[in-house]
Amino acid sequence: MKKIILTLLCLIAMINTGLVMANSGGYPTSPANVNVDDMDSLKRGAKVFSEYCLSCHSAKYVRFNRVATDLGMTESETMSDLNNLGVKFGSTMTAVMTKEYAKESFGAAPPDLSLVARSRGVDWLYTYLTGFYADSSRTTGHNNVIFKDVGMPNIFWQQEGVKKAIYEEHEGEKHVVGVEVVEKGTMAPEEFDTMIRDLVAFLAYIGEPHQSYRKSLGVYVLIFLFIFFGVAYAMKKDYWKDVH
Amino acid sequence: MEQKTNGLMGWIDARYPATKTWEKHLAKYYAPKNFNFWYFFGSLAFMVLVIQILSGVFLAMFYKPDTALAFQSVEMGIMRDVEWGWLIRYFHSTGASAFFIVVYLHMFRALLYGSYKKPRELIWIFGVLIFLALMAEGFMGYLLPWGQMSFWGAQVIINLVSAIPFVGDDLSIWVRGDFVIGDATLNRFFSLHIVAIPLILIGLIFAHIVALHEVGSNNPDGVEIKKNKDENGIPLDGIAFHPYYSVKDIVGVIVFLMLFASVVFFAPEMFGYFLEHANFEPANPLKTPEHIAPVWYFTPFYSVLRAVPSIAGSAFPGVIAMGAAIVVLFFLPWLDRNPVKSIRYRASWYKILVGLFVVAFIILGILGTMAPTEGRTLLARICTFYYFAFFLLMPIYTKMEVNKPVPERVTMK
Repeated sequence: MKKIILTLLCLIAMINTGLVMANSGGYPTSPANVNVDDMDSLKRGAKVFSEYCLSCHSAKYVRFNRVATDLGMTESETMSDLNNLGVKFGSTMTAVMTKEYAKESFGAAPPDLSLVARSRGVDWLYTYLTGFYADSSRTTGHNNVIFKDVGMPNIFWQQEGVKKAIYEEHEGEKHVVGVEVVEKGTMAPEEFDTMIRDLVAFLAYIGEPHQSYRKSLGVYVLIFLFIFFGVAYAMKKDYWKDVH
Repeated sequence: MEQKTNGLMGWIDARYPATKTWEKHLAKYYAPKNFNFWYFFGSLAFMVLVIQILSGVFLAMFYKPDTALAFQSVEMGIMRDVEWGWLIRYFHSTGASAFFIVVYLHMFRALLYGSYKKPRELIWIFGVLIFLALMAEGFMGYLLPWGQMSFWGAQVIINLVSAIPFVGDDLSIWVRGDFVIGDATLNRFFSLHIVAIPLILIGLIFAHIVALHEVGSNNPDGVEIKKNKDENGIPLDGIAFHPYYSVKDIVGVIVFLMLFASVVFFAPEMFGYFLEHANFEPANPLKTPEHIAPVWYFTPFYSVLRAVPSIAGSAFPGVIAMGAAIVVLFFLPWLDRNPVKSIRYRASWYKILVGLFVVAFIILGILGTMAPTEGRTLLARICTFYYFAFFLLMPIYTKMEVNKPVPERVTMK
C-alpha cells in the first residue's frame, strides 16, 4: 500500500512539473529581494512613494498614522515627509490628482496601490519599475518590458537614464529580451536599484501592514502547539496502554 | 445498562436525556479499536466547521454586503482597521480550503474501507449531500470579498445555468436576481452563505452522525465488530469513544492545527491557491481577467466541465458531465458489488484502479487551475473518461475480483 502511494505521488509530481513547465512564457520577472522588516528601507520607500507615486496614484486603504506607528515615525515627521496634501494624521493616502484629470491625461485612471503588491507580486513590481525603455512610437516616449503599451510615463527616467530594448527574433516575431542603459542618469545604477527596492518594500508593507507581526506571532503559536502536542500524545499513550 | 444518577444530574436526567445522550454517543459508544490515520478526518471536519462558524460570526459583524462597500469592508475594514480582523479572516479563508482537504480525505477513507456498503448506505448519502452543501457554501462565500476572481468565477459558474436549453436564460436571471451579477446577487449569496446553507449543513451533519451511531463505525478491516460481543453485549473489538478516541483525536487536532497555523501565519495566500492574487483587485465587470480559474477545491469538476466538447456551441453537455461527476457518487453503494468492504482484502488490481482514480482526480484538479491547451484538454478527457469508467464499470469489474480471506476479528496492524 505504502509503495503504491509513493509511486503515485512521484507520478503526480512528474506530471505536475511537466504541466507547469509548459505553462511558462512571457517576460521573466527578476527577484525583488525586499525585506519588510528593514525599517530604514521602508522609511526611504515611503518617502519615494509619497514624492513620486502619490501624485497620481492613491493608497486609499492606508492611513498615515498606521504607517507612522509601524515605521516608528513621529506625527510631525509623517506630516511633513509623507503627507503632501496636508490631510489629517488619521486620513488615508489619497492622490493629489483627481481621478478624472488622471484619466484624461493618461487614458486610464491610475490604479489604487494599497494592494498592488498582493495582486501583482513584488517581483513583478520590481521588474515593471526597472523595465521601462525608450520607444518613440509611444506618446509617453517609453514602453515597458512586462506591461506592454502601459499608459504610465517613466517617472524615473532622469534618475535611471535612458534605456534601450534588446530584441530577439523568434519565428518572425520580435521579442524584448532585456534592456540596456544608453544614456546615464543622475543616479548610479546601484543607487537607483536600491531606491526601487525600497519602494517595492514599502508597497509590500502597505499590501499587508501586519505581515511581520503575523509571522512573529506564528512562531509562538507553533511553539505552544508543539508543547500541547507532547502533553496530548503522552495522555493518549497512557489511556491506550491497555488496548491491544 | 443505564447508570442511575442522583442529585442535580438526577433531577436533570428525569426531565432531559443528558446522561443518556452522553453515554449513547460518547462514553458508551463503542468504536472499533483499530482505527488508523484515515479515521482522524471525521472529527477534524467537525472542528473545521466550528472554526468556520466562529470566525464567520465575527466577520459578519464587519462585512458589508453591498457592491460599493464589500471589497473595502474586507480589505480595509477587516484586514486593517478591525483589531485582529486579519487573523479572523485568515482563519476563515484557510478554513474553507482546510474543510475541503479534510472532507476529500474523509471521503477517500470511505472508498478505501468500503464504509459506504450495507448497512452504511445512508451515512454515505448524507455525506455526499454534505459535500454538495459544502460546495454551495464555498461558491457563495467566494463571491463575498467582491474581488476580480469572486466576480468572474461566479460569472463563469452562473453562466453554466444559462447553458441549460429553453429555461437556462430565465433560470440564470432568477439565480442572479438581475441581468448581471450585482448587488442583488451579492445580497442573496450573503444571506444563503451565512444562514441557509449553514443550517442545512448542520442538519445534514446531525443526520450523518445519527445514522453512524445507529449502525456503528466501520474500520480498516471492514469487519463488523457487533458480530462478536461479550456477555454484557459490548463488542469485543470495541472501545468507548470517550475517553479512548477523544484523547486520540485531540492529538490529531493538534497536528492539524500545526499545519493550519503554518498556513494562517506564514502563507495565508498559499501561493495563490487559498487566496487568489487577482482577488486583491476589486471586481470590475468591464475588465475580464486574463485567466479565470475557480478556487482549487472546485478545479477537478471544472476540468470535467471543460473536457466535454460543446454541442452546437452549447456548453450543456459539459454541465451535465460536471453534475454527473457528483451525482454518480450517490450510487456508489450499489455500483460496488464486491461483498468485501476493506481494500486490504480485495484484489490487488483493484488497488491499482483506486490508485489511478486518485491520480486522475488530482490531475483534473491541477488542469482546472490552468488555461486549456490542446494537450491539456486531451489529458483532461482521458482523466474524465477514467473518472466515469471507474464508477460506471464497477458493477462488472467488482464481481470479477478474487478476494483474500477476511479475518473474523479486527487486526491491529
